[in-house]
Order: sequence, then C-alpha cells, then structure tokens
Amino acid sequence: MAVIYILWLREVKKYLRSKPQVIASLGQPLMYLLVLGFGLGPIFQRAGQGNYLQFVAPGVIGMSILFSSIFSGVGLLWDRQFGFLKETLVAPVPRLQIMVGRTLGGATTALMQGTLILVICLIAGFRPYDLTALPLAFLFMVLIAIVFAALGTAIGSALKDMQGFQMVMNFLVMPIFFLSGALYPLTDLPMPLTIATHVDPLAYGIDGLRGAFSGESHFGALTDLAILGTVASCFLALGAWSFSRIQV
Amino acid sequence: MIRVQNLVKRFGEVAAVDGVSFDVQAGEIFAFLGPNGAGKTTTIQMLTTLLRPTEGSITLDGLDPVSKPLDVRRRFGIVFQDPSLDSELTAAENMDLHGVLYHVPRRIRVERAETLLKLFELWDRRNSRVKEFSGGMRRRLEIARGLLHTPKILFLDEPTLGLDPQSRNLLWTHIKHLNETEGVTVFLTTHYMDEAERVARRIAIIDHGRIVAQGTPGELKQQTGSESLEQAFLALTGSTIRDEQADGSDQMRRMAKMWRR
Ligand SMILES: Nc1ncnc2c1ncn2[C@@H]1O[C@H](COP(=O)(O)OP(=O)(O)OP(=O)(O)O)[C@@H](O)[C@H]1O
Ligand SMILES: [Mg+2]
Repeated sequence: MAVIYILWLREVKKYLRSKPQVIASLGQPLMYLLVLGFGLGPIFQRAGQGNYLQFVAPGVIGMSILFSSIFSGVGLLWDRQFGFLKETLVAPVPRLQIMVGRTLGGATTALMQGTLILVICLIAGFRPYDLTALPLAFLFMVLIAIVFAALGTAIGSALKDMQGFQMVMNFLVMPIFFLSGALYPLTDLPMPLTIATHVDPLAYGIDGLRGAFSGESHFGALTDLAILGTVASCFLALGAWSFSRIQV
Repeated sequence: MIRVQNLVKRFGEVAAVDGVSFDVQAGEIFAFLGPNGAGKTTTIQMLTTLLRPTEGSITLDGLDPVSKPLDVRRRFGIVFQDPSLDSELTAAENMDLHGVLYHVPRRIRVERAETLLKLFELWDRRNSRVKEFSGGMRRRLEIARGLLHTPKILFLDEPTLGLDPQSRNLLWTHIKHLNETEGVTVFLTTHYMDEAERVARRIAIIDHGRIVAQGTPGELKQQTGSESLEQAFLALTGSTIRDEQADGSDQMRRMAKMWRR
C-alpha cells in the first residue's frame, strides 16, 4: 500500500506543480465550450434540441478527462526517456503495484482536471437539473478517468518513444473523442456511425455524465455503469500485462 | 554470490555481450572494466532483471533473475550509469520515494537520508527540485539514493562519472567501509583504472562482448608485463578508440524500437 500511495502521490504532486501546463491544458476544452457552445447554440436550438451549452458541457468535461488520463499514461514515456522508470523497475516491488499507483495517480489528476472544467462550465452558465445527481456524475467522471488512465498506461508501456504517440493521438484518441457523442446527440445517426459509437467506451461515460446532469440518458445509467466497469477492468488488466513486460 | 555462464545478449545481429562467464564471491569487490561499448552496462542490465538474456545463465545469490525477478530485486541495489532521478521532485522526495520502494521503515529512512545527504553535501539543497541541480550534484544524489538501503549486492555502473576528485574519494571510502563492515558484495564499472586498482579485489576486462582477462590487479599486470593497470588495460584491449557508428542499420533499429515486440 505504501508503494501504491507514494507513486500516486508523485503523480498528484507533479500535477499540482505544473501550473502553467494545467492552465494551458484548459485552453482546448474552453475553446470547445465557448466556440461550439455559443457558435452552434442557435442552430441546435432551432433543431429543437434545446440549449447546446447544457448539452455540450458534459461532453467537454469527458473530453478533458479523456485527454488528461491518456497523457498521464504517456508520462511513462517521459520517465523512460529521463531514466526514472528504471528506478521503479528494479525495485523489489511487484510491477502490478507500480502500475496501479501510477494509473490511479493519473486518474486522480485527470479527475482534478475534469472538476476544474466542471467549475468553469458552471461559471459559463451550465446548470445541472438536479444537484442530488452530482455524486452520480462524479462517479462517472471517476470511471472515465480510470478507463483511460489504464489505457494510457497500456499505450505508454507499449511505445518506446514520442514519435509513436502522435499516431496514437490521431488514430485512437481523437476517434474516441469524436465518436463519443461528446459534441452531438447519439440519436438518428447513420448505421456505421451508430455501430462505431456503440463500441466507444467514452460514449457510455459521456452518456452517463449527461444523464446525471440532465436526467436524459441514451443508454441508461445502469448500462453505462456496467459497461464502464467492465471496460475499466479489462483495460486495467491490459495495462498491468503491458507494464509487466517492459524491458529497458 | 554472482555466477554468470556463457551469457549472450543480441540486439538484432549485434552481439553486445558474447559468451561471458565469471564468478563473484560473496563479500568481494569486483571491477568490470572495458572500452566504450564493450557490453558492461548490458551485462549489468541482465544481472538486474532489466533485460532478458538471449542465451546463457545467471544466478544471483542462487536465484535466476529471469524466473525469480522479484526475489533477485530484493537482493541488490544499483547506481545506474544513466540518469534515473525524477527531476520534478526534490532531492529529499527522491530519497524518500526510494526508501518506500525498498521498504525501509520510515524512521530509518529519514535518518539515513539525512546522513547520506549530509555526507554528499546535498543537505542544504534537499528541498530544491533536481532539475535545478548541476550534473555533479545529480550524480551525488543518485549515489546517495543508491546507498539508502543496504543490499547484499551493490551494482555501481560508472558511479564516478562526472564527479570531482573530492566526491570520488568520498564515494570509494564509503564503499570500502560498507564492504568491510556490512559485507556488501560490490560489482562496479569505471573508466578510471586507479579507482579499480584502489578498491577492487578482482577485475575482469571485457572487450567486444567477450572477457579478455580476469584476475587480481597484480595478476593482470604480471600477465601483460605492465607497470600499471592502465598499461595492462591498453595492452589487453588495444589503443584504438571505439566509436559508436550511427549508420543506416542503427536508424532501422531505432524505428523498430518504437513498437516493442
Ligand atoms: N537497446 C539497445 N539496442 C541496440 N544496441 C544496444 C542497446 N543497448 C546497447 N547496445 C549496444 O550494445 C553494445 C554494448 O553497449 P553497453 O552499453 O553495454 O556498453 P558499455 O560497456 O556499458 O559502454 P560504456 O563504457 O560506453 O558505457 C554497444 O555496441 C551498444 O551500441
Ligand atoms: Mg555503460
């Protein structure tokens, strides 16, 4: 436990110390929120879908959690490059504990980032319909963070350097984001897109989050929870396996 | 304490370590010397569970690093040749993290960290982040951290790289002391022959992945009819410089490294 805790603490400390990066990483979600929120708002309303800011806020929160969790896993690449990874790999500690500490640390920082975005959304005019649903929303944020921090660890263990990361961004992370329904409703999509959104774990995360905030869910909260829970277990196992195979 | 037999490590076609055998007795200080690219670090990586050997066998304290990595890791400490600190954390935090990873009880951890940071003159800077440190200070911190727990076997891969004479002297005095009082077995590499001669009981010289000579410093000098260990080293390994050629195949290797098998 002490090992998991200290590695978790390391991630959190590093996050809290990198204030310029924290601020920079708010830029993208803010842009989506403001530009899309206010830019697409009128069209969305005319289409009879209600307030777009109310709709897109959970999507932007989910997005920022997705990106920060994946990036935290990629921190593995930095640790490899700057050598710190070796220090943990030769320690007399099961690799599983190291992986869990790092992944939970990454999930925690992603959650803090998501919370920060939530606060910004509230300032921008976003209003949850029912405050008693906040704990459920928080649970979904936690699950999204764990799912993608574990995926990040799996990716970070498999890649050897930063070049590969660009590919992962373009061919995995961006599609996960765009297919998640963060920016548009999942109803009445063409068939291929419907299939694609159904295999995207983030779609369930954002749906759950949106359900908790607005009371209207596409898949249903229980389905969302079950699927996210299952995916989280699978990705944690994948991350642990991938991490256990690292050689320097 | 360490037994290595016909150890081979290939990276593609390059055999970095090419059939190496040696024994290190318990409580011995053993120096592993060789020109750049001879295969010293690669050997240490295999001994310390960081790389899997292509062929051959290793036992550390009777255990195989491939099949029993965790048990092997409980037995050694290491100072790496390459940096391995977290530069975003402070010196004290790096020490503490190491102590937790090696299950050193908190009280001892705090005490020993203080002693070692004072010994290596880093105590005043303990709360500075490592990225603000000079190269030599980082090196001293790596060493102090490596000595925080007392292992059965201590690997030192060019520990004095970039250190001033004062710190080098301090380090070797401390290592000899550890060896004599705690019976720690030491496996070291260095490019300073005087250091090897000063601390090592036995020396193996490796070149192009093969051991070319083994024995006490006296025996090596006698074998080659040299006055100093430096002369003996040059007589055994030649005087040409080993350059690391970065040609096409090297680049291919880097590409292939991107995705691990
Ligand atoms: N990951 C790797 N992939 C491919 N080749 C490698 C790798 N690591 C080491 N080598 C090669 O193996 C050989 C031995 O390298 P090693 O690092 O063991 O040398 P060394 O004896 O420690 O040298 P130095 O004194 O310069 O530290 C070199 O030719 C090096 O290029
Ligand atoms: Mg080396």
